[in-house]
Amino acid sequence: MNEASVLDASSALRRKRAVGVSISGVNVSYGANHVLKDVSLEIEPGEFFAFLGPSGCGKTTLLRLIAGFNTADSGTVRIGGEDVGDLPPWKRDVGLVFQSYALWPHMTVRKNVAFGLEERRLPRAEIDKRVNIALEVVGLTHLADRRPSQLSGGQQQRVAVARTIVIEPKVLLLDEPLSNLDAKLRVQVRRELRDLQRRLGLTTIFVTHDQEEANTICDRIAVMNDGVVQQIGTPMDLYEHPANLFVAGFLGAANILTGRFVEAGGKRLFELDGGMRLHAPAHAPDGARLVFRPQHASVAPVGSGGALSGEISHREFLGSIVRYAVRVGGTDVTIDAPFVTGDNLFADGDRVDVTLPSERTLWLAE
Amino acid sequence: MTPLRASFTPPAEDALNFHIEPLGTKNVTAISLSLRKFRASATPGQMALAAAIALFLAFFLVVPVVTVVYVAFTEQGTGAFTLVNFSDFFKNDLFLRSTWNSIWVALMTVAWASAIALPLAYITTRFEFKGALIIQTLGFLPLVMPPFVGAVALQLLFGRNGSFNLLLDEYLGFKIPFMEGLWGVVFVEALHYFPFILVNLSVSLRNIDRSMEEAAQNLGCSGFRLFRRIVLPLAMPGYVAGAALVFVKVFDDLATPLLLNVKDMLAPQAYLRVTSIGIADPMGYVISVVLIVASVFAVWLSTLSLRGKDFATSQRGGGGLSRRKLKPLGSLAAYSVVTFLLLLVLAPHFGLLILSFATVWSFSPLPDSYTVAHYARVFDDSWVYIKNTLIYASLAAGIDVVVGGAIAYLVLRTKLIGRHWLDWAATASLAVPGVVIGIGYLRAFYDVTLPNGAPLATFWFVIVLALAIRRLPYALRAIFAALQQISESLEEAAENLGATKSRTMRRVLIPLMMGGMLAGFVTSFATAAVELSATLMLVQSNADAPLAYGIYVFMQSASGRGAGAALGVIAVVFVAICTYLSHVMVERSQRSRGLNQ
Repeated sequence: MNEASVLDASSALRRKRAVGVSISGVNVSYGANHVLKDVSLEIEPGEFFAFLGPSGCGKTTLLRLIAGFNTADSGTVRIGGEDVGDLPPWKRDVGLVFQSYALWPHMTVRKNVAFGLEERRLPRAEIDKRVNIALEVVGLTHLADRRPSQLSGGQQQRVAVARTIVIEPKVLLLDEPLSNLDAKLRVQVRRELRDLQRRLGLTTIFVTHDQEEANTICDRIAVMNDGVVQQIGTPMDLYEHPANLFVAGFLGAANILTGRFVEAGGKRLFELDGGMRLHAPAHAPDGARLVFRPQHASVAPVGSGGALSGEISHREFLGSIVRYAVRVGGTDVTIDAPFVTGDNLFADGDRVDVTLPSERTLWLAE
Repeated sequence: MTPLRASFTPPAEDALNFHIEPLGTKNVTAISLSLRKFRASATPGQMALAAAIALFLAFFLVVPVVTVVYVAFTEQGTGAFTLVNFSDFFKNDLFLRSTWNSIWVALMTVAWASAIALPLAYITTRFEFKGALIIQTLGFLPLVMPPFVGAVALQLLFGRNGSFNLLLDEYLGFKIPFMEGLWGVVFVEALHYFPFILVNLSVSLRNIDRSMEEAAQNLGCSGFRLFRRIVLPLAMPGYVAGAALVFVKVFDDLATPLLLNVKDMLAPQAYLRVTSIGIADPMGYVISVVLIVASVFAVWLSTLSLRGKDFATSQRGGGGLSRRKLKPLGSLAAYSVVTFLLLLVLAPHFGLLILSFATVWSFSPLPDSYTVAHYARVFDDSWVYIKNTLIYASLAAGIDVVVGGAIAYLVLRTKLIGRHWLDWAATASLAVPGVVIGIGYLRAFYDVTLPNGAPLATFWFVIVLALAIRRLPYALRAIFAALQQISESLEEAAENLGATKSRTMRRVLIPLMMGGMLAGFVTSFATAAVELSATLMLVQSNADAPLAYGIYVFMQSASGRGAGAALGVIAVVFVAICTYLSHVMVERSQRSRGLNQ
């Protein structure tokens, strides 16, 4: 299938104007279990948006709430400005791609894809036309008469996507769509999903627990934990300016040092649990911890005048970088040093100073 | 049935309005939210469905049973509470003896059925054994024939003057009293009901993961110790479930002891009291209560012993215990045991077949000569029995599939409060003896009159309802299992793409459940077709009688035995064909749906 026909085909599925999704003050609980706590967020028309968080954080509940499979105790969900709280799933016009794909085993690929259009009572000719277009978009025309059980995992996933986009939904919801694919296929499929989303210009919400997936394909991410939206922003934003310890720790590696703020000689200092002290900026909130990324600190021989000092407890050679575990006070911190041929590496047990540029340190609370 | 059907439409809409009306305008948001939650728990349609099923179960299961218990504990006429009926019962030697006899027969049957089922299950699941499939199939055969039919054939083969004892006497000079008194009942029932143990035990054995056994071998356990410490405990739940079922069934069986002329057992006593003295006699009800208590006790005991032992050990790539090759000597022993047991199990069928073609068969190992006259007679004037059975069993099975399907759906797919009660009530009918259902229906529905003035209890459709209630648990479990295997996301996907609940049910759920629904239909149908315990009480005239009743009537006179046997053979062939056809249909529909790949 050539590139031009795919573009033609996808433009045929791109008839409606993209709409936004607005969630405000949503609470969901199952008995005593408060699953979503006062969740509010705005998703722009045409945006590729991710709900990112560990399992049990409420991201799937939020997605199913938008699809109409859960009911909120309070708050509203608006799609394109319309409150959908009282609409049953079948009247919402949001396409959900299930984690398990949920392909009907008793129907062929073509029947699966045609289902939503048949429920909309479209004329047969129109259904056939649109099904063919959708199958072409996902490159499965040649498998149209197979049953789902005769397809590979990747192919099943494409059927699930085709079945959903063929109804031209207002919003596309993807529930961990890559989790059932092997690692290699995952990278390929996530690019395909990104391309497809761009071509269709479809507002898309993607649920995942994998920060790499979210970072690589989404415009913006809502990081969730324990039923609460921790921070919303672009992937770069979240990495550079995490709002709290959870976000810093969940997106990329971060060293987190605990301690308390003390005044000494008119200066504000941070005393680590091990007793070591370093300068603390005035803007650091009380109760905050010292956070820095492994590649932002560096190790130097003792006496180089670093902010902290410690002892190498572990060294891992990873090719482009050397990863040191340095024992500072009572805890190990991770420091990545770029590897340059001819460098003298530190050995386990070496005493070192740790340099920490103040513009690279973060002071974050829970 | 018009007066009944009217009460089947519950006022669900009114119930909803009732909840909404009293609330003021002040808390409008709170109301709309709580209403939203309420609606999310179940739709009005689902609530109406649940109410209809609840009414059905209340009317045709709970009311008759409660009536029986009520009558047993109250004074005739005044309705005052009394234990005098029970003290009469326990002062009566006949009743006490009957109670012990029933318990003894049920326990001995479990023991003998185990002795037949254990070797068959073990050999076919643990060894590479040619013909394992045949054994598993033949194992089902006894179930498609009422046990009392086999009783007559066994009498002719193993009775005091049966073929076996005549030959034994002639060559060895002694006889073995297989069929004397209670032993005769045990013999017949064990041969009839052992498949319940065989099937449950085989399934358990097959579900044990190979790694369970291999782990034990890896740690140094082998041979009989391996069997005793690992295999047997893991297979125990299946065995106990089967054994409890056999106990209940035997305790409840009415026709076998009657045909073998054993009257001092509980079920025959209940029947005789009600038919000879009348439905006003309190003793029939007291016996019914004792029957219920014993059944409930057995079921309770089995659930108790199974609690927390639901060993689902089958893991990915497991595939049951490893099968071993038999050594030549072991092979010989295994084949001998299996052949002997199969001959024994099939004896009633052979006997019945011979009897149906025999002119005179008495005091001789084989009949004097053969004829097809019995079949001609049956087709001439007994066609009504076959027609009635077809109508009753298919109507009952149809009701079971609809009600069972609805209960399974409500329990597994809605959050309706109290939905589990429907499941429990329907399943509880397993523990209600057929005799009790029969007596309960007679008592509860005799005063309900039909538009034409006849009592409801004499209307043929009551037989259908009794059969439907009795077989509901079978259909329910089959459909329940089928629905459990369907991932809920398949339905959600349909709703997400625009299908309403009812459209989703039609286009996704029912096609996927078709196999389970057919299996449920067939189990209900096949077992309802040979049921007699409840129907014996409810049949009012020959014109309304089903096959099993016809056979029973024929078998009671020596001259009718040939025709009875012919009718029995027809019943067996008929049920076997239906079962086979449905099996083919299930296979085909599953293959065409790509579920088997």
